[in-house]
Amino acid sequence: AMEAVCARFVSQKISKTRWRPLPAAALQPPDLFATGSWDNEDNRISIWSVGDLGNVGLSGEYQGEPQLLCDIRHNGDVMDMQFLDQERIVVASSTGTVTVFRHHQNNQTLSANQRWEKAHYHVDQDTSCGGAACTGVICNNTEIVTVGEDGRINLFRADQKDAVRTINNADSSTLHAVTFLRTTEILTVNSIGQLKIWDLKQQRNEPSQIFSLTGDRVPLHCVDRHPNQQHIVATGGQDGMLSIWDIRQGTMPVSLLNAHEAEMWEVHFHPSNPDHLFTCSEDGSLWHWDTSTDISEKTSFLHQGGRSTTYFSHNTINQSVVSAWLSNDPTKDRMEITNLISNQTLSVNSLDILGPCLVYGTDAEAIYVNRQLFA
Amino acid sequence: PSQVVPGADPSARQLCFAWGPAEVLVCETLFGRRGGSPSRGEGGPGRGRLPGALTGCVAGTGEGGPSSSRVFVVRSDQDIYIQTLRKLFNESHAIFIGLQRGEEELAGKSRKAQLVQVSKNYRSVIRACMEDMHQAAISARDPALHSQYSTQVSVLSAMELIWNLCEILFVEAAAAGPLLLRLLDWVRLHVCDVDTMIREVLSSENPSKHEQFWNVVNVFVLQGRMDDARHLLSKEASANPASANMYEILDDLMKKMPVPSLGNTQTLTEMELKWQHWHEECQRHLQGGTFASNSHLESICKILLGDDDAILEKKELMSTWYHFLVTRLLYSHPTVKPMELWLYAQACMDLFLGGEGSPEPLDTILMAAFEFEMHRVIKECSIALSNWWFVAHLTDLLDHCKLLQSHNLYFGSNMREFLLLEYASGLFSHHSLWQLGVDYFDHCPEYGRVYLELHIERIPLNTEQKALKVLRICEQRQMHEQVRSICKIMAMKALRNNRLGSALSWSIRAKDAAFATLISDRFLKDYCERGSFSDLDLIDNLGPSMLLSDRLTFLGKYREFHRLYGEKRFSEAAKLLLMLMTAHIAPCSFWMTLLTDALPLLEQEEVIFSAEQTYELMRCLEDLTAGKSDKQKFQDDNETTKVEMLRLALARNLARVIVKEGTLDGS
Repeated sequence: AMEAVCARFVSQKISKTRWRPLPAAALQPPDLFATGSWDNEDNRISIWSVGDLGNVGLSGEYQGEPQLLCDIRHNGDVMDMQFLDQERIVVASSTGTVTVFRHHQNNQTLSANQRWEKAHYHVDQDTSCGGAACTGVICNNTEIVTVGEDGRINLFRADQKDAVRTINNADSSTLHAVTFLRTTEILTVNSIGQLKIWDLKQQRNEPSQIFSLTGDRVPLHCVDRHPNQQHIVATGGQDGMLSIWDIRQGTMPVSLLNAHEAEMWEVHFHPSNPDHLFTCSEDGSLWHWDTSTDISEKTSFLHQGGRSTTYFSHNTINQSVVSAWLSNDPTKDRMEITNLISNQTLSVNSLDILGPCLVYGTDAEAIYVNRQLFA
Repeated sequence: PSQVVPGADPSARQLCFAWGPAEVLVCETLFGRRGGSPSRGEGGPGRGRLPGALTGCVAGTGEGGPSSSRVFVVRSDQDIYIQTLRKLFNESHAIFIGLQRGEEELAGKSRKAQLVQVSKNYRSVIRACMEDMHQAAISARDPALHSQYSTQVSVLSAMELIWNLCEILFVEAAAAGPLLLRLLDWVRLHVCDVDTMIREVLSSENPSKHEQFWNVVNVFVLQGRMDDARHLLSKEASANPASANMYEILDDLMKKMPVPSLGNTQTLTEMELKWQHWHEECQRHLQGGTFASNSHLESICKILLGDDDAILEKKELMSTWYHFLVTRLLYSHPTVKPMELWLYAQACMDLFLGGEGSPEPLDTILMAAFEFEMHRVIKECSIALSNWWFVAHLTDLLDHCKLLQSHNLYFGSNMREFLLLEYASGLFSHHSLWQLGVDYFDHCPEYGRVYLELHIERIPLNTEQKALKVLRICEQRQMHEQVRSICKIMAMKALRNNRLGSALSWSIRAKDAAFATLISDRFLKDYCERGSFSDLDLIDNLGPSMLLSDRLTFLGKYREFHRLYGEKRFSEAAKLLLMLMTAHIAPCSFWMTLLTDALPLLEQEEVIFSAEQTYELMRCLEDLTAGKSDKQKFQDDNETTKVEMLRLALARNLARVIVKEGTLDGS
């Protein structure tokens, strides 16, 4: 229900929100998240706690608003942000610099741990103003991959000063986002509607595969891979369209789903419950895509107060794999889509999900936490 | 307010002014000194302002000796830059949007209820901000910062006070009867000075022995909190069994006091009758000397009778004239009609201030409200407050209550729009809050669009993502000119950074054919120099956007030719190559390159160009060479050799194809 959401106005436009990962085999829900701001004179990385259990009222429903634990200045807009581990956060800046911040939990402070100045740049790395915005960052163990407006791909290792690998001019257009496909392979999306696979083990500076939206070259802004079935990839575009790709076959998306009315900024499969997917957009909406139930069960979900629920039919190409996302079984060829925000007008720039918890941040300078996503 | 710009001294130097969208430049000049001309201000064209609505805030000054001139940047909306108020701007933005959307859905009573709710929502945002500011003041260690926050708290508190009164008088338009109840709530909510005293007395072990006991009883009576007052008095009564009777009588009087009802349970006449009856009873007791032995009780009885002197004796406990007003109305004119308020208000202010000190801006504003002079309220607020937020939102709300329609300004469109434009311009002058301004401009039917167009082009675009956000705003509103301009800026940036692919993407998005041609030429030039294409991933995927400009079409097709050739699809390649020239898709300057590209095709073992195609190639070559003067030909040996080679290859191909075609025909 909507009451489970608590909001906090933070006097800065939020560009990224990320849950701190939970230690392996943890049973409790996440309790800490990080945010990054953009378009401020003074941008910040902040660490928030969702409010400790002591704040929960007698009925168990009341949740206090997120509490600021610590923050630190960040040079430039925060373009992307990923937790490297429980303590370290990798932040991509509009100045082209990539910084690793460490969150000291004993005294609740943040400090810059490591920095790759102008990891992304135009023309000349050494000039004073040549930085190019770093648009995406992704971590896998100690490996960090970054992409940028300069069309460059960098591979860093958390403890090494220099880049392990750099592919200059990897893309002639702007790279908008990156994610790991497998240990050595990454996926990128760019501003001319292409999804590319790169094998970082290969020495050649070419993608191993290019997938493309047909026709309109609509820019793609975000990408995520199914956590269990690695061949299933979701991307979001400038027109708000959600595309599902099967990278084992074809060069076009398996399905195109009409979604938001403006740029889709982020798409995330639920990490442990990947029948659920979440997207957010410039149009101020945040959608929950649910393929987990079939029609007979779904009817009971239809009338939830305050939420608009739509059934969606999507076109699929013949599939052999049983996955809700690729299925064309007519009885399952539907999914439930719920807009989790009503009456929002400004962009929802970022979201993150972990366990039963959702966090998102907006251009209306507010962060929202929902701790009972599946309640 | 009309604040002083620190450091700018018109008596020492001539000042000149230049109006900007949300800022004013004030410059010192030597003009007046030498020429002896009178000072001149440069007013902006057609931009009227409410008098004195300029807030001084020096953003930058050049510190220098007496000879150097200084430039001051004066912002018209100072509060926009206060960090803690960003919450106010963001939350009220959502309320504002809701109000514009909810229009005309409901009628009559429910519409009014809706508007009152909107008004309350605005106020609760102000209060929330006040809380935050208060917390900030408490935790601020720096005394300067502390006083700055405290000032803000009192400004916000005044804003809420004014808003609340406007809500009662204008939005809800409370009628006689309920009006007084609302005014009592208003006073109770805003007179906080006595709260500490009340808390101290109530929490003390023996309240009736507390030195402030009678003060607190009087506060309750003055605020019309009868039950609270009676509760305290009962404690005192039990401590004085001898005067129990006296206490009982007063308690009974207080209990019986008729109050206007909120519902329709009694008519105004009924109420007035009851009240008259009760008043006479009080009068009897006072004159009969019931309370003569206890000055405290006697004074309370006098207050109940609305005795000015008795009430004014407690001046300290009321602290403001408007509290005095409401108390006096409660005990003298409980069924006061809205239109009679101004009469009592003026008298109360005069009595309360008693000639000492002149009314402050807040007094003037409240007085204007009591006089139902809505426009003066807004005008005085514009002068007194250092922001446009308040007047813009209040005026918009009043406009939605259909209270301002008759009033048109001699400049701009109407007051609502004028104030919204000022406020939104202030938002746009802020590096981060500009996004909020967009929706305000959207709801200004007359000039909103023009303002948005002017402001949006001035947003610095430091990343592509920000550019995309700005672009989305423009595209949603069909602002084609601005879309083109933004894309062009981004394309130019990309070009400067040698990002041809990105540059092309931006010009395709803007449908900017000229720029696409320019970039295509850069691609072709690079190709001629390097012998290979850069950015194949882009050129191979141009799709329908290839048709944007002829040169782009050529680039795409020419690349296609290379691809066909690479795939050894020679006859298709040859056909395409020839088409590029005969259909005049290729620029003339590129024909020699194309003909050179034909050479390896002509040299293939298998004949590729038909006789007809070969003739056409020959004609292309002759057209090209014929256009050039002899002089040019001799200048470039290399080219002459190429032409010779081509002629030879073409002749040989023609020979081969004639033989081949002849053989085929004969067989």
